[in-house]
Amino acid sequence: MNDPGATRDVEIHEDHESDVLTAFEGDVPSGTRTPSALAHRLRHVGPAVAAFFIIVALWEAVTRLFDIESFILPKPSEIVVKFFSDASIIWAAGLNTLYEALGGLVIGTVLGVLVALATVRWVRVREGLMPFAIAANSVPIIALAPITNAMFGLTSPVSKMAVVAVVVFFPVMINTARGLIEVDVRELELMRSYAASPRTVMRQVRVPHALPYFFSALKVSSALSLIAAIVAEYFGGPQDVLGQYILNRAFQLLFPEAWAAILVASILGIGFYVTILIAERLVMPWHVAFRSADDA
Amino acid sequence: MSNDARVVVEARGVSKVFGASGSGQVEALRGIDLSITGGEFVSLIGPSGCGKSTLLRLVGDLLSPTRGELQVNGKNPHQARLDHDYGMVFQRATLLDWRTVRKNVELPLEILDSAPAERQERANRMLELVQLGEFAEHYPWQLSGGMQQRVAIARALTFRPALLLMDEPFGALDEMTRELMQQEVLRIWRETDTTVIFVTHSIPEAVFLSSRVVVMSPRPGRIADIIEVDLSYPRDEDTREADAYYAKITEVREALRRQEASA
Repeated sequence: MNDPGATRDVEIHEDHESDVLTAFEGDVPSGTRTPSALAHRLRHVGPAVAAFFIIVALWEAVTRLFDIESFILPKPSEIVVKFFSDASIIWAAGLNTLYEALGGLVIGTVLGVLVALATVRWVRVREGLMPFAIAANSVPIIALAPITNAMFGLTSPVSKMAVVAVVVFFPVMINTARGLIEVDVRELELMRSYAASPRTVMRQVRVPHALPYFFSALKVSSALSLIAAIVAEYFGGPQDVLGQYILNRAFQLLFPEAWAAILVASILGIGFYVTILIAERLVMPWHVAFRSADDA
Repeated sequence: MSNDARVVVEARGVSKVFGASGSGQVEALRGIDLSITGGEFVSLIGPSGCGKSTLLRLVGDLLSPTRGELQVNGKNPHQARLDHDYGMVFQRATLLDWRTVRKNVELPLEILDSAPAERQERANRMLELVQLGEFAEHYPWQLSGGMQQRVAIARALTFRPALLLMDEPFGALDEMTRELMQQEVLRIWRETDTTVIFVTHSIPEAVFLSSRVVVMSPRPGRIADIIEVDLSYPRDEDTREADAYYAKITEVREALRRQEASA
């Protein structure tokens, strides 16, 4: 989905001036759903669905036609068979991995937001911390996995959560801080003219302004959290997790099984993403990104 | 617009220098003397760099003067700001995207901690005043530029400020909308009994609206001339075609030219 590089540079805004001016036509409030909205949406996802099936069909055809060995690329049909036959064990592993990813995501996000709030409140914190945070954000933090495994105990899910939390922390912190700080000067002047307290400015202007940035970071982080959890699992620990499952099946040359587990990981990742997308819409229905859907 | 003789703004020898001491300094305003009485509509006009916006910001305590004395309602601007004596309207409406029109208008009252019932009642009244009552539950982006600016005016007036400070509020609007908005502002001004300071670089706009036009000149910003506009209120479309109106426009234009030639 279109969520380009929220970690590094946040695009958003500043360009809606022109469409704001043209958005209003007569008395009809935009945002009213017409019966054609559903059809419109279907037409929107149609190409993606078609592309998916075409790719899977091509994949199946190519692996059959050229008789490709399953350790190179198993047939989709084989993967689907294992996906269903081994469902209970793979999903059990998936839930354990999800637990680690979710735990780490929550810890990393909470810490990221708290530090972001501190950078707004204390300029010194911002100046001291931000350069390191931005540097750390460009470092493959996942390399820490063996170390946190040692630190928090190989068998404890906390060791995996710790990596996930560190991975998630930086994008959340940097983006949220940016959203809180880079507020329109005119909005701040307006609040100043009302003699509003810093707390009021925070609540009325900075926090709402930071929400889109926060959600962008969260979407990136949700994917990162699963990646981090699975990679951390590769370095050892309990067996009933996706990382170990994939690793073991691959060692035993049971590639369709390994791919079935990857499919579960993908479903979890997409589930994460969609959940955040829905939360985003509920929290900020006013946001630019959600306007065009009904107007088009 | 009862012209009570109460002095609302009093500036004496006000100067503003930007930048740290040394070569990087810019003198934005020099020796401003200006006195504005209650109920007046005063425009500040002049070329870019004449310090008209700076002067407005000094009055509104968004900036502090380098030298000189400035009083608003007999207080220093800082105290006046803390007492909520100002309503401000900028070139861009600066509405908060995440609030409905009504919630935007209620914002200053919310900050002032007034009761929800009173807030709603005031917001409704102000929205009626700017003729946007039926758009109360819309979001800002659903409104045209002119409507957004009207919401900004309603918001600036909800807490009954003594002084309305407007910084090129119609600069981004097309000519037709602009003329409608000018009528609107005059009507609101007369109905609410506020004092208005209005920054613009449009001569016809300044003349049409104002009881006095302050002509400013640049480098450093000074007051070059103050022109009384003795056209009677209410002013309307007929005013725009009156000879006296054209005569005033010419007078302001010549004042602007004069200081340009001498600069």
